[in-house]
Amino acid sequence: MNATHRLELRDICIQLGDQVLVELDAEIGPGEVLTVMGPSGSGKSTLLAYLAGFLAPEFRARGRVLLDGQDIGSLPAEKRGMGLLFQDPLLFPHLSVAGNLRFGLPRSVGDKVPRVEDALAQINLSGFGDRDPATLSGGQKARVALMRLLLSAPCAVLLDEPFSKLDTHLRHEIRRLVFDRLRAAGLPSLLVTHDREDADDAGGRVIEL
Amino acid sequence: MMLRLAPVLIVILLVAPILGGLTMALLPALGYLPALGGESLSLDPWRALFAEPGIWRSVAVSLASGLIATAVSLAVVLLYLAAATGSRLDRWIRRLVSPLLSIPHAAAAFGLAFLIAPSGLIARLASPGLTGWERPPDLLITQDPWGLSLIAGLVIKEIPFLLLMSLAALPQLDPERRVAMARSLGYRPTLAWWKVVAPSLYPLIRLPVFAVIAYASSVVDVAMILGPTLPPTLAVSILSWFSDPDLDMRFMASAGAILQLGVTVTALAIWWGLERLVARLMGGWIARGGRCQGETGLHVAGKLWILLVTVTAFVGIAGLAIHSVAGFWRFPAALPESFTSAHWVRALPSLAGPIASTALIALVSTLLALALALAALENEQRTGRHPSRALWLLYLPLIVPQIAFLFGLVVMMEQLGTRPTHALVIFGHLLFVLPYVFLSLSEAYRRFDPRWSRLALTLGASHNGAFWRVRLPMLLAPILTALAVGLAVSIGQYLPTQLLGAGRITTVTTEAVSLASGGNRRVIGVWALVQACLPLAGFIIAIGLPRLLWSNRRAMQGVP
Repeated sequence: MNATHRLELRDICIQLGDQVLVELDAEIGPGEVLTVMGPSGSGKSTLLAYLAGFLAPEFRARGRVLLDGQDIGSLPAEKRGMGLLFQDPLLFPHLSVAGNLRFGLPRSVGDKVPRVEDALAQINLSGFGDRDPATLSGGQKARVALMRLLLSAPCAVLLDEPFSKLDTHLRHEIRRLVFDRLRAAGLPSLLVTHDREDADDAGGRVIEL
Repeated sequence: MMLRLAPVLIVILLVAPILGGLTMALLPALGYLPALGGESLSLDPWRALFAEPGIWRSVAVSLASGLIATAVSLAVVLLYLAAATGSRLDRWIRRLVSPLLSIPHAAAAFGLAFLIAPSGLIARLASPGLTGWERPPDLLITQDPWGLSLIAGLVIKEIPFLLLMSLAALPQLDPERRVAMARSLGYRPTLAWWKVVAPSLYPLIRLPVFAVIAYASSVVDVAMILGPTLPPTLAVSILSWFSDPDLDMRFMASAGAILQLGVTVTALAIWWGLERLVARLMGGWIARGGRCQGETGLHVAGKLWILLVTVTAFVGIAGLAIHSVAGFWRFPAALPESFTSAHWVRALPSLAGPIASTALIALVSTLLALALALAALENEQRTGRHPSRALWLLYLPLIVPQIAFLFGLVVMMEQLGTRPTHALVIFGHLLFVLPYVFLSLSEAYRRFDPRWSRLALTLGASHNGAFWRVRLPMLLAPILTALAVGLAVSIGQYLPTQLLGAGRITTVTTEAVSLASGGNRRVIGVWALVQACLPLAGFIIAIGLPRLLWSNRRAMQGVP
């Protein structure tokens, strides 16, 4: 998990018809967080959809996305190695907490049970494996979602306003946890948000759209 | 890739048999069917058809019953939605609408017949106290020449269908806010619904309404049970000509099938004209801006009619149950003097075969339909494209009268030398099961939050993995409901089984309908009750299984 990765966004330009939505050229080093700020409708989510591989067909995009030097622009979403953290924790409602974590583990990982146990312990949720995710608190869900993301061993992470729906008192704590973890894992991260505090806590560069 | 082919396959599967069937009905209608000696085109079949006594009366009854049954059903549904939304009656009706819809047409028709017949339950309850009848009156109540009981039988079954379609369409209109808005401008609630929700709702349920017109104007099984006999409706006449041992009658029957198509098209055209008229009248009524006038009447009617229809349907089924165990039963007595299991015991040995046949045909056709529908919807999701326009073709088998093209299909099969097999009947059922399965599933599938699949993909799952591990389990409840709907549709089919099975493949439905002419109510009670209960099994599983599986998953409960 301590491998270092680098994400380069080269002359990215996303258009809807003739209207240019996003133009960006940036490089994110291992453990760095780049924050993209802008009001709603400024194309933040479109940028994330493009990087993750879900851009709707009506948009046109130019530029290159390099992950560890490899151009991933034409790869399908599941092969890109881009982890995604949404506004909601989105724990699969039909799986247990452990089932959700196991979903994140790549198929090649051998003995999954101890890995899941260990992951639960790291987020202070030992013994929660069999629980229904619907019974967890907001903070607990956010922690499980983060851990599920890390277990999937991404090479870079996209954060789509992941703190906006948390209670104020939790927001700071979860923010710290997420950024510490991403930094420790050496993952380049791109955060889109409209909250100035997110950007301050992320501590990296900020680009305004 | 297989998924890409799914929408194409569905369209071919639905369109080809209908076009082929219509062609093969048209050719013999013009005298051309070499196998039966029709070598050249002629108008003789049509001359024979129009020389048939009572043919115009048959046409008139088919046309009128189709239009009136549709108008009444639609009116009751709209009145109810306007008056009862959010009330206690509403919650009650919403729970009953699926079981009501699952009752096969034939069973509902028998239930109604047993209720309103001269010696039926209503006459018994009212006699001799109110009517003074000591013996059943000599009145032609069921199978009346005007087709009134036929219309009543159709209304009972079409109301749940239109209601379910409306309930599925309503959420996208946000009716609560519209009504609240109108109320804040001083409109009474029921009037507000009629003026601000109904005009937007109708375009959304227009195709289902057309399907009802087509069905009601060409129905066979209900008309054999409740419709007039001398002459019967056009569709019933066609079937009897077709089954005539004299093969020359085939030509006339083919002409009749094309005439039936014309009758249904005419009914649709008249409806289209009525739509214009009503839209203009409604426009004027809305523009006048009345806020209170007529509210009470609309409100009361809205609750009363739906209640009457629902109670009639269920009492009818109860009547079937009573008849199936009735011993000696003198006329004015409301209940039999003795109860017996003799009818059931006698019917049991002959029930097993048709039940097995019914279950086999229903399961295979529904599973095939489900696989096709899932493949097409999954393809839609993966390619990110909007629902294909070609999908209105789904309604084709529901709008082209069954008898018009099934008939040609049989001729085609005979030409090809295909023997009637279960596979052929299953294929015939698939034509009608597929649209319902697709329509019932598509709503839930398209509303499913796309982020779940995206999340699965970013966690490294493949598209197939995301489908099997995320979408399928999370959509289990709507998928099971679609299955139950498909089973119910298949179980209720009469004509495809009868025609494509050439009378040699019997299901519970064909058996029950064939008993209609015999008039032994005890035996009919047994068969019709079995027919009504089979689809219920599907709905019980569809509701029960998700609850059982997700008993420890709170967020999966109550997911539609």
